[in-house]
Amino acid sequence: MTFEPIPLSEAGTGNKMRLTRIEVTGVMRRRLLDLGFVPGNEIEVLQKSPLGDPIAFRVNNTTIALRSEESSLIWGKRLGG
Amino acid sequence: MKTYTIALAGNPNTGKSTLFNTLTNMRQHTGNWAGKTVLRAEGTFQHLDTQFTLVDLPGTYSLYSNSADEEAARDYIIFEKPDVTIVVLDATSLERNLNLAIQVLEMTNQVVVCINLIDEAKRLGIHIDIRKMEQKLGVPTVAISARNKTGINELLSQVLKVASGEIVPSPTPITYNDEIEQKINELVPSIQEMLGDRLPARWVALRLLDGDESLLTTMKLWLTDQDSYKKEEALQYGQTACH
Repeated sequence: MTFEPIPLSEAGTGNKMRLTRIEVTGVMRRRLLDLGFVPGNEIEVLQKSPLGDPIAFRVNNTTIALRSEESSLIWGKRLGG
Repeated sequence: MKTYTIALAGNPNTGKSTLFNTLTNMRQHTGNWAGKTVLRAEGTFQHLDTQFTLVDLPGTYSLYSNSADEEAARDYIIFEKPDVTIVVLDATSLERNLNLAIQVLEMTNQVVVCINLIDEAKRLGIHIDIRKMEQKLGVPTVAISARNKTGINELLSQVLKVASGEIVPSPTPITYNDEIEQKINELVPSIQEMLGDRLPARWVALRLLDGDESLLTTMKLWLTDQDSYKKEEALQYGQTACH
Protein backbone atom coordinates (compact mmCIF):
# COMPACT_ATOMS: atom_id res chain seq x y z
CA MET A 1 0.00 0.00 0.00
CA THR A 2 1.30 3.45 -0.87
CA PHE A 3 0.32 6.72 0.74
CA GLU A 4 -0.23 10.13 -0.77
CA PRO A 5 1.86 13.04 0.60
CA ILE A 6 0.16 14.91 3.46
CA PRO A 7 1.29 17.88 5.59
CA LEU A 8 3.09 16.79 8.77
CA SER A 9 0.48 18.66 10.80
CA GLU A 10 -2.04 16.01 9.73
CA ALA A 11 0.13 12.95 10.31
CA GLY A 12 -0.85 10.56 13.10
CA THR A 13 1.18 10.04 16.27
CA GLY A 14 3.69 7.20 15.87
CA ASN A 15 3.76 7.43 12.09
CA LYS A 16 7.01 7.44 10.22
CA MET A 17 7.12 9.78 7.28
CA ARG A 18 9.41 10.22 4.27
CA LEU A 19 9.61 13.95 3.54
CA THR A 20 8.75 15.03 0.01
CA ARG A 21 8.48 18.81 -0.01
CA ILE A 22 9.31 21.83 2.19
CA GLU A 23 7.19 24.89 1.40
CA VAL A 24 8.45 27.04 4.29
CA THR A 25 10.42 30.04 3.03
CA GLY A 26 13.12 32.41 4.24
CA VAL A 27 15.25 32.05 7.34
CA MET A 28 12.91 29.44 8.86
CA ARG A 29 13.35 27.24 5.78
CA ARG A 30 17.11 27.41 6.23
CA ARG A 31 16.76 26.53 9.93
CA LEU A 32 14.49 23.55 9.21
CA LEU A 33 16.87 22.24 6.55
CA ASP A 34 19.77 22.58 9.01
CA LEU A 35 17.87 20.54 11.58
CA GLY A 36 17.21 17.72 9.10
CA PHE A 37 13.81 18.54 7.58
CA VAL A 38 15.18 17.71 4.14
CA PRO A 39 13.23 16.06 1.30
CA GLY A 40 14.10 12.33 1.29
CA ASN A 41 14.80 12.24 5.02
CA GLU A 42 12.73 10.05 7.36
CA ILE A 43 11.05 11.53 10.44
CA GLU A 44 8.75 10.16 13.13
CA VAL A 45 5.73 11.84 14.70
CA LEU A 46 6.45 11.49 18.43
CA GLN A 47 3.59 13.21 20.21
CA LYS A 48 1.08 16.00 20.00
CA SER A 49 0.31 18.66 22.57
CA PRO A 50 -3.09 18.41 24.30
CA LEU A 51 -4.55 20.90 21.85
CA GLY A 52 -2.82 19.29 18.89
CA ASP A 53 -0.22 22.03 18.40
CA PRO A 54 2.78 22.04 18.56
CA ILE A 55 3.79 18.53 17.48
CA ALA A 56 7.06 16.81 18.44
CA PHE A 57 9.02 15.05 15.70
CA ARG A 58 12.08 12.84 15.78
CA VAL A 59 14.55 13.94 13.11
CA ASN A 60 18.20 12.87 12.87
CA ASN A 61 17.96 11.35 16.34
CA THR A 62 16.79 14.60 17.91
CA THR A 63 13.37 15.71 19.11
CA ILE A 64 12.12 18.91 17.50
CA ALA A 65 8.70 20.46 18.13
CA LEU A 66 7.07 22.51 15.38
CA ARG A 67 3.99 24.71 15.37
CA SER A 68 1.37 23.98 12.74
CA GLU A 69 2.42 27.20 10.99
CA GLU A 70 5.52 25.31 9.93
CA SER A 71 4.44 21.66 10.01
CA SER A 72 1.48 22.36 7.70
CA LEU A 73 4.00 23.45 5.06
CA ILE A 74 6.17 20.33 5.29
CA TRP A 75 4.92 17.40 3.25
CA GLY A 76 5.69 13.71 3.56
CA LYS A 77 4.51 10.22 2.67
CA ARG A 78 3.68 7.77 5.42
CA LEU A 79 6.01 4.77 5.56
CA GLY A 80 5.03 1.19 6.38
CA GLY A 81 1.57 -0.20 7.12
CA MET B 1 58.54 31.77 16.73
CA LYS B 2 55.74 31.27 14.23
CA THR B 3 52.22 31.56 15.66
CA TYR B 4 49.26 29.97 13.93
CA THR B 5 45.63 30.85 14.58
CA ILE B 6 43.26 27.91 14.88
CA ALA B 7 39.46 28.18 15.00
CA LEU B 8 37.22 25.54 16.55
CA ALA B 9 33.85 25.13 14.83
CA GLY B 10 31.12 22.61 15.58
CA ASN B 11 27.55 21.91 16.62
CA PRO B 12 26.54 22.61 20.22
CA ASN B 13 27.43 19.79 22.63
CA THR B 14 30.06 18.15 20.46
CA GLY B 15 32.77 18.63 23.08
CA LYS B 16 34.27 21.69 21.41
CA SER B 17 34.89 23.39 24.71
CA THR B 18 36.24 20.19 26.28
CA LEU B 19 38.76 20.02 23.43
CA PHE B 20 39.49 23.71 23.90
CA ASN B 21 40.22 23.20 27.59
CA THR B 22 42.27 20.06 26.90
CA LEU B 23 44.47 21.89 24.40
CA THR B 24 44.90 25.13 26.33
CA ASN B 25 44.91 23.64 29.82
CA MET B 26 42.18 26.16 30.63
CA ARG B 27 44.53 29.04 29.78
CA GLN B 28 41.85 31.13 28.16
CA HIS B 29 40.42 34.60 27.99
CA THR B 30 36.76 35.13 27.45
CA GLY B 31 35.03 38.20 26.13
CA ASN B 32 32.26 39.00 23.72
CA TRP B 33 32.23 38.82 19.96
CA ALA B 34 32.18 42.42 18.69
CA GLY B 35 28.74 43.95 18.85
CA LYS B 36 27.19 40.70 19.92
CA THR B 37 26.41 39.18 23.24
CA VAL B 38 28.03 35.96 22.16
CA LEU B 39 30.80 34.64 24.37
CA ARG B 40 34.21 34.47 22.74
CA ALA B 41 36.97 32.35 24.23
CA GLU B 42 40.57 32.50 23.11
CA GLY B 43 43.59 30.61 24.42
CA THR B 44 47.12 29.62 23.53
CA PHE B 45 49.16 26.42 23.55
CA GLN B 46 52.36 24.98 22.13
CA HIS B 47 52.85 21.88 20.05
CA LEU B 48 56.41 20.85 19.18
CA ASP B 49 58.11 24.21 18.53
CA THR B 50 55.03 25.99 17.34
CA GLN B 51 52.80 28.43 19.15
CA PHE B 52 49.05 28.27 18.51
CA THR B 53 46.25 30.71 19.29
CA LEU B 54 42.98 28.85 19.61
CA VAL B 55 39.61 30.57 19.08
CA ASP B 56 36.46 28.78 20.21
CA LEU B 57 33.66 29.73 17.81
CA PRO B 58 30.04 29.65 19.02
CA GLY B 59 28.48 26.18 18.72
CA THR B 60 26.05 26.22 15.78
CA TYR B 61 24.18 23.79 13.51
CA SER B 62 24.71 26.00 10.50
CA LEU B 63 26.37 29.24 9.43
CA TYR B 64 23.48 30.62 7.41
CA SER B 65 20.46 31.14 9.65
CA ASN B 66 21.57 34.66 10.54
CA SER B 67 21.43 34.39 14.31
CA ALA B 68 24.12 36.37 16.16
CA ASP B 69 26.20 33.29 17.05
CA GLU B 70 26.11 31.92 13.51
CA GLU B 71 27.12 35.27 12.06
CA ALA B 72 30.01 35.50 14.51
CA ALA B 73 31.27 32.05 13.48
CA ARG B 74 30.81 32.72 9.76
CA ASP B 75 32.47 36.15 9.89
CA TYR B 76 35.46 34.79 11.75
CA ILE B 77 36.12 32.01 9.25
CA ILE B 78 35.54 34.12 6.14
CA PHE B 79 37.02 37.51 7.14
CA GLU B 80 39.62 36.72 9.81
CA LYS B 81 40.86 33.66 7.91
CA PRO B 82 42.32 31.44 10.64
CA ASP B 83 45.29 29.32 9.49
CA VAL B 84 43.26 26.20 10.20
CA THR B 85 39.62 25.61 11.14
CA ILE B 86 39.03 22.44 13.12
CA VAL B 87 35.47 21.22 12.58
CA VAL B 88 34.47 19.16 15.61
CA LEU B 89 31.83 16.50 14.87
CA ASP B 90 29.86 14.33 17.28
CA ALA B 91 30.63 10.72 16.28
CA THR B 92 27.21 9.63 17.52
CA SER B 93 25.22 11.90 15.18
CA LEU B 94 27.36 12.44 12.12
CA GLU B 95 24.50 13.08 9.71
CA ARG B 96 23.38 16.25 11.46
CA ASN B 97 26.95 17.32 12.23
CA LEU B 98 28.23 16.96 8.67
CA ASN B 99 25.92 19.78 7.56
CA LEU B 100 28.20 22.28 9.27
CA ALA B 101 31.34 20.51 8.06
CA ILE B 102 30.20 20.81 4.43
CA GLN B 103 29.40 24.50 4.94
CA VAL B 104 32.89 25.18 6.31
CA LEU B 105 34.50 23.18 3.48
CA GLU B 106 32.76 25.45 0.98
CA MET B 107 34.36 28.48 2.66
CA THR B 108 37.96 27.33 3.05
CA ASN B 109 40.22 24.40 2.31
CA GLN B 110 42.29 25.00 5.47
CA VAL B 111 40.26 22.49 7.47
CA VAL B 112 40.88 19.48 9.69
CA VAL B 113 37.80 17.40 10.52
CA CYS B 114 37.87 16.12 14.08
CA ILE B 115 35.44 13.37 15.04
CA ASN B 116 34.98 13.63 18.78
CA LEU B 117 33.24 11.27 21.23
CA ILE B 118 34.64 8.31 19.34
CA ASP B 119 34.64 6.28 22.59
CA GLU B 120 30.96 7.03 23.05
CA ALA B 121 30.24 5.93 19.46
CA LYS B 122 32.11 2.64 20.02
CA ARG B 123 30.05 2.03 23.13
CA LEU B 124 26.89 2.48 21.04
CA GLY B 125 28.20 0.06 18.39
CA ILE B 126 28.77 2.78 15.80
CA HIS B 127 31.77 2.08 13.55
CA ILE B 128 33.21 5.00 11.59
CA ASP B 129 35.52 4.42 8.63
CA ILE B 130 37.82 7.42 9.13
CA ARG B 131 39.93 6.80 6.01
CA LYS B 132 36.81 6.60 3.85
CA MET B 133 35.46 9.84 5.33
CA GLU B 134 38.79 11.52 4.71
CA GLN B 135 38.65 10.37 1.09
CA LYS B 136 35.08 11.57 0.60
CA LEU B 137 35.58 14.95 2.28
CA GLY B 138 39.04 15.62 0.84
CA VAL B 139 40.50 16.96 4.10
CA PRO B 140 42.50 15.36 6.95
CA THR B 141 40.12 13.57 9.32
CA VAL B 142 41.01 12.43 12.84
CA ALA B 143 39.01 10.56 15.50
CA ILE B 144 39.50 11.70 19.08
CA SER B 145 38.04 11.58 22.54
CA ALA B 146 38.59 15.02 24.07
CA ARG B 147 37.38 13.77 27.44
CA ASN B 148 39.83 10.84 27.59
CA LYS B 149 42.53 12.77 25.72
CA THR B 150 42.97 10.14 23.00
CA GLY B 151 43.88 11.09 19.43
CA ILE B 152 44.99 14.59 20.44
CA ASN B 153 48.56 14.19 19.15
CA GLU B 154 47.36 12.91 15.80
CA LEU B 155 44.94 15.85 15.60
CA LEU B 156 47.69 18.38 16.36
CA SER B 157 50.08 16.84 13.88
CA GLN B 158 47.45 17.13 11.10
CA VAL B 159 46.65 20.71 12.17
CA LEU B 160 50.32 21.64 12.02
CA LYS B 161 50.71 20.07 8.58
CA VAL B 162 47.77 22.03 7.21
CA ALA B 163 48.85 25.29 8.92
CA SER B 164 52.41 25.03 7.61
CA GLY B 165 51.30 24.12 4.10
CA GLU B 166 52.86 20.65 4.21
CA ILE B 167 49.37 19.36 3.43
CA VAL B 168 47.10 21.39 1.14
CA PRO B 169 43.61 19.90 1.55
CA SER B 170 41.30 19.90 -1.46
CA PRO B 171 37.74 19.54 -0.20
CA THR B 172 35.37 17.65 -2.49
CA PRO B 173 33.29 20.38 -4.15
CA ILE B 174 29.51 20.27 -3.77
CA THR B 175 27.83 20.32 -7.17
CA TYR B 176 24.39 21.93 -7.36
CA ASN B 177 21.73 21.49 -10.03
CA ASP B 178 22.33 22.82 -13.55
CA GLU B 179 20.34 26.01 -13.01
CA ILE B 180 22.34 26.98 -9.91
CA GLU B 181 25.69 25.94 -11.40
CA GLN B 182 24.96 28.08 -14.47
CA LYS B 183 24.19 31.10 -12.28
CA ILE B 184 27.36 30.49 -10.26
CA ASN B 185 29.40 30.46 -13.47
CA GLU B 186 27.81 33.75 -14.51
CA LEU B 187 28.62 35.43 -11.20
CA VAL B 188 32.10 34.09 -10.43
CA PRO B 189 34.07 36.14 -13.05
CA SER B 190 32.65 39.48 -11.80
CA ILE B 191 33.20 38.48 -8.17
CA GLN B 192 36.79 37.55 -8.92
CA GLU B 193 37.32 40.81 -10.75
CA MET B 194 35.96 42.74 -7.78
CA LEU B 195 37.49 40.84 -4.87
CA GLY B 196 40.50 39.06 -6.35
CA ASP B 197 41.28 36.17 -4.04
CA ARG B 198 40.36 38.01 -0.84
CA LEU B 199 37.18 35.95 -0.51
CA PRO B 200 36.28 32.57 -2.10
CA ALA B 201 34.37 33.55 -5.27
CA ARG B 202 32.21 30.44 -5.56
CA TRP B 203 31.10 30.77 -1.95
CA VAL B 204 30.26 34.47 -2.39
CA ALA B 205 28.25 33.58 -5.53
CA LEU B 206 26.26 31.02 -3.53
CA ARG B 207 25.55 33.54 -0.80
CA LEU B 208 24.38 36.10 -3.38
CA LEU B 209 22.06 33.52 -4.95
CA ASP B 210 20.72 32.74 -1.50
CA GLY B 211 19.95 36.46 -0.97
CA ASP B 212 22.06 36.61 2.19
CA GLU B 213 21.70 40.31 3.04
CA SER B 214 23.44 40.15 6.40
CA LEU B 215 26.58 38.91 4.68
CA LEU B 216 26.43 41.73 2.14
CA THR B 217 26.23 44.30 4.94
CA THR B 218 29.24 42.83 6.74
CA MET B 219 31.15 42.46 3.47
CA LYS B 220 30.60 46.12 2.61
CA LEU B 221 31.98 47.17 5.98
CA TRP B 222 34.94 44.85 5.60
CA LEU B 223 35.74 46.01 2.05
CA THR B 224 35.37 49.76 2.59
CA ASP B 225 37.38 49.93 5.76
CA GLN B 226 39.27 46.89 6.91
CA ASP B 227 40.86 48.90 9.72
CA SER B 228 37.60 49.91 11.34
CA TYR B 229 36.32 46.35 10.85
CA LYS B 230 39.35 45.06 12.71
CA LYS B 231 38.87 47.61 15.47
CA GLU B 232 35.29 46.52 15.93
CA GLU B 233 36.48 42.95 16.21
CA ALA B 234 38.97 43.85 18.93
CA LEU B 235 38.61 41.76 22.03
CA GLN B 236 37.08 43.12 25.15
CA TYR B 237 38.60 40.92 27.76
CA GLY B 238 36.29 39.94 30.52
CA GLN B 239 37.05 37.80 33.49
CA THR B 240 38.73 34.46 32.90
CA ALA B 241 36.04 31.86 33.09
CA CYS B 242 35.39 28.26 32.25
CA HIS B 243 32.41 27.82 29.99
